Amino acid sequence: MRFTEDHEWLHVENGVVVVGITGYAAEQLGDVVFVDLPETGTAVSKDEEIVVIESVKAASDILAPLDGEIIEVNTALADNPGLVNEDPMGAAWFFKMRIDNLAVVDEYMTEAAYQAHIGA
Amino acid sequence: MAEPAPLYLADLHTALGAKFVPFAGYAMPVHYRTGVMAEHLWCREQAGLFDVSHMGQVLLPADQAAGLERLVPVDVIDLPVGRQRYGVFTNDRGGVLDDLMIARRAGDLLLVVNAACTAGDIAHLARHLTGVAPVSHRALLALQGPLAERALARLLPDVAGMRFMDAAVMPWTGDELWIARSGYTGEDGFEISVHTTGARGLAQVLLDMDEVAPIGLGARDSLRLEAGLPLYGHDLGPDITPIEAGLGWAISRARRTGGARAGGYPGAGVLQAQAVRGAPRRRVGLRPQGRVPMRAGVPLFDAVAGGARIGHVTSGGFGPSVGGPISMGLIRADIPTDAPLYGEVRGKRLPAAQTPLPFQPQNCKR
Repeated sequence: MRFTEDHEWLHVENGVVVVGITGYAAEQLGDVVFVDLPETGTAVSKDEEIVVIESVKAASDILAPLDGEIIEVNTALADNPGLVNEDPMGAAWFFKMRIDNLAVVDEYMTEAAYQAHIGA
Repeated sequence: MAEPAPLYLADLHTALGAKFVPFAGYAMPVHYRTGVMAEHLWCREQAGLFDVSHMGQVLLPADQAAGLERLVPVDVIDLPVGRQRYGVFTNDRGGVLDDLMIARRAGDLLLVVNAACTAGDIAHLARHLTGVAPVSHRALLALQGPLAERALARLLPDVAGMRFMDAAVMPWTGDELWIARSGYTGEDGFEISVHTTGARGLAQVLLDMDEVAPIGLGARDSLRLEAGLPLYGHDLGPDITPIEAGLGWAISRARRTGGARAGGYPGAGVLQAQAVRGAPRRRVGLRPQGRVPMRAGVPLFDAVAGGARIGHVTSGGFGPSVGGPISMGLIRADIPTDAPLYGEVRGKRLPAAQTPLPFQPQNCKR
């Protein structure tokens, strides 16, 4: 698993990249009440705002970590946005994307580097 | 920008695991360990303790009641000792400079005003009145919720005899507490002014009770939103009249046309005309139909496509007790009360139904 400075996690599974937010980010956001996910099939560019997370406190944007195509979104979050607080690193993945070169994922932080980044 | 000032009880908040945000020049606890949702629900079921020491407290000599009536459309002169009234400072256009509580005590008047408006309010008061005395070195705590009376009565049995909007002074460990039976949550409860030397002790003895938990600014906002209570700077402001904001009741009978002391405050002509002919806009409650919160600033339309922009959301978010998104907005007064409205969020127009306020029934001790 790899991590962005924007508190997303990336995990390569069956040749596609699964993306979610870290436990640290979920804690910062507070109780999540709505997740606005992109459409399946959307082509996205790195740093494009593609997910909006609404918590009781505020709306926050999630940026696309890579160039690619959204091939699946986690529809469970529509009915149960609180999953982001309960299991941010697992069941509350946001979307899966197909990218040209999986090696670029490794340019992101390792878990140790991310823990240092958040000062843990 | 200057560092936000800590509240008197900052150490206690830190010990309770508070997360802080800057608000009105202070570092305010936005929530504690359990988060906004749990704190909100606790306050509706049990009792919540809020530190609202950022709010301004001002004393006026009793003989300034008539002078204060020149600034607020409230009957201050006939306010009995031991009672409190809600009021607004108006400007010449009938807009609201601030909203406040006015308590009549044995020898003076105690005003509680919004944090961000305190300096302006004091200057405004001092231009028109004499003996304006800002209160320093007193914290302000709010204990709110259905079990607030039970908790506070353990320390001060006499509070059980207070009714909504009663104001009293009670001795407490060598100091005195200034207590009002009021709040900003829609629940029964008390607002307690306490000298800073005793504030920590009072907060701690309350927090040590099983039914009392600390509640931050985040839940304070969702609680007041569900209760349909306006927030100054959002639902109220210098360009919004109390009549537009649905606060016509805050203009006392004695100050209305035909009353014993009608008018005589800034903007009286505007408000008297609006009372007869209606105001151009009105405050509404909104229930967005889906799960997407419509927050402050979201424009409101009368059609899903095209149509006219007929207002905007002034406050909005998620209502934990309601279990869905809720908003308040200001819309054109001529829009029928059953007309469906559409809020534009991130480029999409989403339906929202007009709904009576409050969203959550108020639970005050009358």
